[in-house]
Amino acid sequence: MSLPQDLIQAFGVEVNDQGIPYVPKDRLPDLARALKEKGFRFFVFVTAVDYREYLELVYLIRNLDTLEEAFFKVKIQDGETVPTLSTLYEGANWHEREVYDLFGVTFEGHPDLRRILLPEDWEGHPLRKDYPMDTPHPPYR
Amino acid sequence: MATRTLEFTFDEMRVNMGPQHPSTHGVFRGVLVLEGEEIKDLIPHIGYLHRGVEKLAEHLSYVQDVPIMARNDYLGPVHNELVMAHAVEKLANIQVPERAQYLRVMASELHRIASHLVWTGTFLLDMGGALGGGSTMFLYLFQARESIMDLYEEWTGARFHPNLVQIGGVRFDLPAGFDRKVKEALQTVRNTVNEVREMVEGNPVFEQRTRGVGVLSPELAQSIGCSGPVLRASGVAYDVRKAFPYDAYDKMDFEIVTATAGDVRARYEVRINEIFQAAHIVEQALEGLPEGPIGAKPPVKAPVAVKAPKGEVYFRVESARGELGAYLVSDGSHKPYRLKLRSPSFSNLQAIQHLVRGHKVADVVVILGSLDPVFGDVDR
Amino acid sequence: MGVTREKVNSPLEDLFDVVERWPGGGLVIAPLEKLLAWGTKSSLWPLTFGLACCAIEMMATFASRFDMDRFGVVMMPSPRRTDVMIIAGTVTVKMAPRIRRLYEQMPHPKYVIAMGSCAISGDHYRHVYSVVPGVDRVIPVDVYVPGCPPSPEALMEGIMALQKKIMQETERKK
Repeated sequence: MSLPQDLIQAFGVEVNDQGIPYVPKDRLPDLARALKEKGFRFFVFVTAVDYREYLELVYLIRNLDTLEEAFFKVKIQDGETVPTLSTLYEGANWHEREVYDLFGVTFEGHPDLRRILLPEDWEGHPLRKDYPMDTPHPPYR
Repeated sequence: MATRTLEFTFDEMRVNMGPQHPSTHGVFRGVLVLEGEEIKDLIPHIGYLHRGVEKLAEHLSYVQDVPIMARNDYLGPVHNELVMAHAVEKLANIQVPERAQYLRVMASELHRIASHLVWTGTFLLDMGGALGGGSTMFLYLFQARESIMDLYEEWTGARFHPNLVQIGGVRFDLPAGFDRKVKEALQTVRNTVNEVREMVEGNPVFEQRTRGVGVLSPELAQSIGCSGPVLRASGVAYDVRKAFPYDAYDKMDFEIVTATAGDVRARYEVRINEIFQAAHIVEQALEGLPEGPIGAKPPVKAPVAVKAPKGEVYFRVESARGELGAYLVSDGSHKPYRLKLRSPSFSNLQAIQHLVRGHKVADVVVILGSLDPVFGDVDR
Repeated sequence: MGVTREKVNSPLEDLFDVVERWPGGGLVIAPLEKLLAWGTKSSLWPLTFGLACCAIEMMATFASRFDMDRFGVVMMPSPRRTDVMIIAGTVTVKMAPRIRRLYEQMPHPKYVIAMGSCAISGDHYRHVYSVVPGVDRVIPVDVYVPGCPPSPEALMEGIMALQKKIMQETERKK
């Protein structure tokens, strides 16, 4: 599960020793455009993982004709913003809203970035590691 | 006589289709922006069933997580258990014995049939009205589903959330005389579905409400990430069981059901035909069932029994709604570090905004029903 | 004369104080509250309020195998015409104000059945940030039906327990 080889060279992607490609965040929209032209049109998911000192965004896009998969990550620090893919892939719209809701990552250029799974006035981002699971929420819990 | 032309300007009106609604298949809130009777836009609000399953999974061990995942997509619980168990087995390199693989296939397909029966019943109920004629089909199809629930009750003890799949295999073996009961249940299902088709297809009201309504083009479907019957009804032949086979699916003989129109009627036909395909797969699994153990390890007694090495994996199964995936990151302990569920209903439901524009209010219910969202799966 | 007093075991004896049977008719005497309670318990109309998996078992209870219509129970979509609200599924913080509002929209006399472990106590989700551990933090509950999900027979027993409670309320008022 990685990226096609020619895209790895063209966009300055570093591949770590487990074979996972890391894309620099400013090349992300160009990489996505190149993937779409190559036939990777099925958007599977985008999510984030909190590794305490940094956050990693994980993307998976598939080509349904050849069943190849493009799996890559973007490493960011807390508070950084990432360009959005929702102009290229419609599915990224709700997935990025979920990442904003649960992790607090802001996506530049997103048409409607607001909370999706939690109430609008919720404070905090629950899936971060420093958010305790049983946070009270008076008057209900 | 002089003629005058009157000019009307309509203001837009917002109508709330609230979280409590008889036809929204669960807790979905849609704000319809109407101009007269025609819909200009639909603003969806979800999250009324957000139970924080991904955060909960990080606090429980792998063994405890498998039955908890079953409550996500509550119309086909076995698929959720299966994807979690498979992800752990792939990461920890646990081999599943062959008999357990066949039993998993059988359980998956039985739950696919049960899910599609519920879908058809509620879809026709929405079109007919609860106390009007629509409840006829609902009652016929739920009666057919009861025969499958009886099978599960005899096999595992629970009608509904079976807690059947465990890491390394299956928890319960088939009781004696089970294949005869399965064949009878499948025959009941086939008879009922054929009866329902005779009553419904050809009905002019059904034709008008479903043909040409909510057409989804294949490019938009792929861009959104729709999968399952929604994608296959638009002509794209993608099925996880054929593309990335797991368990014993590579030994089963079945076809991918597609349709080309991409409208509500096409999605209905795809799901009805999938019921017959799934019944065929169950019969093949029963015939080819090998002897052997049903669990790779001795029965798990302690929650800390399964440890996965450091790494990450993405595993996908075909649930009744589409591609259900689990992205699992492990740090070497007996608990997941991060579990992300790629739920098919979350991606399928995004299409609702694009599909209802230009239709009338009565079509919203039909289109939302045809996308088959399950809100435990959408909100997790 | 034509008055016969036979000792016949029938539900009427349990419900009413004086029962007289005559050829071609009969007479029952009971306090008004008991008659009204008899009417309420025999036609409980629940609000269709399924939230999660328990909603599917609730639909199966109202289907033809475990038919609830013979108890007089008919599902109603609007809260203004219902007597009982069956909370079937997990209650989240986002949904709780809507539940409160729907409960306040129901006319008296109204009852609540909490169906399933999630509605009783939050089940295994009770420690999660967005789940209300039990619907009795939002509205008062009359009958708790345990199970995950409760089988249709269990829900039927819950509704019958509610019927018994409604009849017993008249006893307590004396």
